Amino acid sequence: MAGRVITITSGKGGVGKTTATANIGIALASQGKRVVVIDADIGLRNLDVIMGLENRIVYDLVDLVEGSCQLRQAMIKHKKFNSLFLIPAAQTRDKMAVSPDDMVALTDELRQDCDYILIDSPAGIERGFRNALEPADEVLIVTNPEVSAVRDADRIIGLIEAADKGPGKLLLNRLKIDMVNKGEMLSSDDVYDILGLEIVGIIPEDELVLSASNSGIPVSLNLDSKAGMAFNNVARRMLGEDLPFMKLDAKPGLLRRLAQFFGGN
Amino acid sequence: MRDDPFSIKGSNDGLLLSIDTSESWQTVTRALADKLDARKQAFAGAIFKVELWERTVAKSELRTLRAILERRGVTLSLVRSASESSLEAAKALDLPTELSKRRQARRRRAKSSPKTVLRKMALGNSEEAGSPGIMFRRTLRSGRTIHSDGHAIVFGDVNPGAEVSAVGDIVVWGSLRGVAHAGSAGDETAVVCALEMRPSQLKIAGLTLSQDSAKHQQRRPAIARIHDQKIIVKAGD
Repeated sequence: MAGRVITITSGKGGVGKTTATANIGIALASQGKRVVVIDADIGLRNLDVIMGLENRIVYDLVDLVEGSCQLRQAMIKHKKFNSLFLIPAAQTRDKMAVSPDDMVALTDELRQDCDYILIDSPAGIERGFRNALEPADEVLIVTNPEVSAVRDADRIIGLIEAADKGPGKLLLNRLKIDMVNKGEMLSSDDVYDILGLEIVGIIPEDELVLSASNSGIPVSLNLDSKAGMAFNNVARRMLGEDLPFMKLDAKPGLLRRLAQFFGGN
Repeated sequence: MRDDPFSIKGSNDGLLLSIDTSESWQTVTRALADKLDARKQAFAGAIFKVELWERTVAKSELRTLRAILERRGVTLSLVRSASESSLEAAKALDLPTELSKRRQARRRRAKSSPKTVLRKMALGNSEEAGSPGIMFRRTLRSGRTIHSDGHAIVFGDVNPGAEVSAVGDIVVWGSLRGVAHAGSAGDETAVVCALEMRPSQLKIAGLTLSQDSAKHQQRRPAIARIHDQKIIVKAGD
């Protein structure tokens, strides 16, 4: 097996990198793929919490690159999927504890028996981002439909291109369709117009995402959730399926508006 | 210290001695001899090509040059010139010759007399000189910058947070949404054109136009230039 390394990054913090990593990892595993997710945000680890694996951490990424444990020991198996593993970040160290070369060596080892290696990049453009970018075969840039997030995504894409890892693909997270319809939020077309990258997923704003993350059961396990469905669709697109984007349109069509008008409903 | 009346540069196949000056031949050869003596180790056994550009060099002068080189262990392998009589002189000394490269010869021509220009035109050279610049074939993203000592062409967008500056003109084949500064060395005739003109800031020479004036935002191809000490943006239909 020659696994693919996909780095998930954004530039700006808080746009949903970690949530996206957890959910895409779970969605890929539920499709029967063997997946390892790596939390590269050393010192500010989160991915374990969102995946509900916080209590099982014994060894972490830094232990692994420093050789104080075996690869198997640092790979935490997911409770539900036995083909999904997490390599957590260290909470007590900082980004300098790991080098880009360490990440390349680690992922080269993981490629041997995994289909996908997802790396959750920290925010920013410094060492942590470099660590996450260096081993990538493909980069997924998460952004929100707001001007500041798009600006940072643009900066990150420039750096990715300069490192010859481009062009990367785009995941548009937390889209509020009613705000877009009112012209108060950038639409996916607006974002595409500025960034010019292929969009592999549009995740609608969904309260279930937060409650799912808090409970350690990522939303992609909940197919009643629109966001959960959207994350599953992203995974299926990554596996080569040609899926249309979900109908997010909450804007009432002319017929429905007429029906509402006449039906008084 | 005075500059040498010649330059010695490494090229793909050996060293190139370029003599491009109106100094007397004697001055040139003396300076060359001094230079070679000062760095004997570096040049012993070297092979030189010599580039004479438009200078007319007599057979005797060329022979002196060759003697100076040979006495210091340097072989003269080729004489390059744009002047017929210099080439003849070299041939008479059994030296291989070559016509000066066109690109460089053209650069020289700007300095040469109108007579030379006319003569070349009479020979049927239909090529225009143009002026140099750089081409960037991608979207220029936030935080990235380009500077050109000539003109700058971006084949893509210039996004917010990105900056293009050029001593000459700027052409954006895409949407200009970042900062552009044409005529950055003070040329007030410089222009900025873009398929979509929505710069966050536009500068030409010493003048600045900020985004606040919405009437300068053009979602069509437009050109900005200085008119009456003000930058004006005009849509080109």
